[in-house]
Amino acid sequence: MNKHNSHSYHGIPGWIYAVASIGGLLVILPLAAMVAKVNWAQFIPLVTSESARTALGLSLRTATASTLLCIVLGVPLALVLARGAFRGQRLLRALVLLPLVLPPVVGGIALLYTFGRQGLLGKSLELAGIQIAFSTTAVVLAQTFVALPFLVVSLEGALRSAGHRYEAVAATLGARPTTVLRRVTLPLVLPGLASGAVLSFARSLGEFGATLTFAGSLEGVTRTLPLEIYLQRETDADAAVALSLVLVAVAMAVVGLSYGRRRSRQGAAL
Amino acid sequence: MIPHLKRNLVALLVAGGLASALTGCGAPAGISSSAGSSSSTGSSSSTGTSSSTGSQLDGPITVFAAASLKAPFTHLAHEFEAKNPGTKVTLSFAGSSDLATQIIQGAPADVFASADTKNMSKLVDAKLLDGAPRNFASNVLEIAVPPGNPASISSFADLAKPGVKVVVCAPQVPCGSAAAAVEKSTGTTLKPVSEESSVTDVLGKVISGEADGGLVYVTDVEANGGKVQGIPFPEASKAVNTYPIAAVGNSKNKALAAAFIALVTGETGQKVLSDAGFGAP
Repeated sequence: MNKHNSHSYHGIPGWIYAVASIGGLLVILPLAAMVAKVNWAQFIPLVTSESARTALGLSLRTATASTLLCIVLGVPLALVLARGAFRGQRLLRALVLLPLVLPPVVGGIALLYTFGRQGLLGKSLELAGIQIAFSTTAVVLAQTFVALPFLVVSLEGALRSAGHRYEAVAATLGARPTTVLRRVTLPLVLPGLASGAVLSFARSLGEFGATLTFAGSLEGVTRTLPLEIYLQRETDADAAVALSLVLVAVAMAVVGLSYGRRRSRQGAAL
Repeated sequence: MIPHLKRNLVALLVAGGLASALTGCGAPAGISSSAGSSSSTGSSSSTGTSSSTGSQLDGPITVFAAASLKAPFTHLAHEFEAKNPGTKVTLSFAGSSDLATQIIQGAPADVFASADTKNMSKLVDAKLLDGAPRNFASNVLEIAVPPGNPASISSFADLAKPGVKVVVCAPQVPCGSAAAAVEKSTGTTLKPVSEESSVTDVLGKVISGEADGGLVYVTDVEANGGKVQGIPFPEASKAVNTYPIAAVGNSKNKALAAAFIALVTGETGQKVLSDAGFGAP
C-alpha cells in the first residue's frame, strides 16, 4: 500500500532498536537453546521411529483437513463480517475471534460439552450412530476451532483493503452476486486467503491443548506430533527435543512460504 | 488508516499464533504450571509449642511433591508450620518427572517426594540428594467410572469387554506402566480409546462421561469423591507404586528438610497419608 512513504523516513530512535533486539532475542534464543540441545548422533533414528512417523503423518493429515474445513467455513464468515450489514455483526466478529485469545484447553472443554457423549449435540449424534470423541474427527474439529479465526482475520482484512469498486462495476455490468464473488472478489483477495490458509495450517499443526482435552491421545488415531512430544518428554528428553525441532522446521517452512508469497504479491501489485 | 490498523492486528495475531504453533506445547506449559503452581501455606497459628527437638528450626523450605500428594502434603505443611513457629513451607506440586527435571536443572527444592522410584533414581544418579531416599507411602490402581456406572463395570476383566470405552495412562508415565503391569500379570489385554499423559487427563475423560472407565490411583478416586465412583480390583496388587522422599543436596536449610521428612515418615504423616487413601510403604 503506502510502503514507499514509510521507506523515505528512517527516524527510529536508537533505543527502539535496543528494545526490539531484546524482543527478538526472547523469541530466537529459546529456539537456539533447543537446537543446541539436539542429540545429533541420534537425531535421525529418533525422528524416524515408527511412533514419530505415525504422529507426523497424522499431524499433516489432520492439519490439511482442518485447513480445508477452515476455508469452507471461514470464507463465508469473512465475507459476512466484511461485507454484510446486520445487527450483532461486531458481536459475531468478537465471538468468532475468541479462540485466538482462549487457552486451547478451554476450547477443548467447550468442544467436549458440545460434541462429547453427554454434550449438547453429542447425544443426538450418538443416537445417529456417530461417535466423535476419541476419533480423528475430534482432532480435526479441535484444530478447526482454534485455527478458523486466523483465516477469518486474514481474509476479512484483505476484503476490507480491497474495497468494493470492482465489484460495483461488475454488478452494474449485469453480473449476479455469485458471479461477482467468483470472478471478482475471490481473485482479488486470493493472496489474503492463501496466507490465512497457511496460518490456519500452521496453527492446526501446533494444536495441543484442545486435542488433549477433547480427542484424547492414541497412536495413529488422535496422537498428533505435539501430543507425541509431550508424551516422549516423560521418558526420553532427546526424542522430545528432536521431534520439537521437526515441528519447528515444518512451522517455519509453512510460515516462510506464506510470508515470501505475500511479499512477492505485494511487490507485484505496487 | 483502518486497513493499516487491520494489518497491524493481523501481524500481532500472526505473531501470537506462530509462537504457540512453534512451541507446540503452549498449553502443556499452562497445564503443568497450574498443577505445579507454588502454594504457600503461610506461617501463622502460633498455638503450637516449639518442636521437641529444641534446635532452632526456622526459615523457609520448598517441598517439591508429586501431584497426587497435594491434599495430604498441604495438610502436613500446615501442621509443620504450626509445630515449628517461624518456619514457612512452600509446596510445589507437579508430575514427578517434571519435578525431577526441574531439580536437575537447578530448581531450588529442599525436599523431593516422588510418586515412583524411577524419577527419584534420576536424582540419585545425578548425585543431587542428601542421604538415601526413604519410602513413605504406596498407591495402587483402581477403576474409576462415571457416577451410575453406565457400562456396569465390576471387575478388571470387564474393562476388556467389547464396546466398553476405557481410558488409561500411556506406558511412558507411572500410572500407565502400572496399568501395563496389571494387564501382563492377568493376561487381560485392554483396548483403550485413549492413552493419556497424566492421571488428571484420565480422570477428566471419566468425569465428563466420555469414557466408561479409566485406570487411576485409589487416592485420585478418593480426592474426587462424588464425581467418580471407584471400583477396587484384587489384581491391582500386582503393581504397587512406592513413593520415596529425600532431601535435596544443595538445600540451604538441611535441618528443616530433615524435620519435614521426619514428619512425613512419622506417625502424623502416616496417619494423614492413610486418610487420603495411601497404603503403607
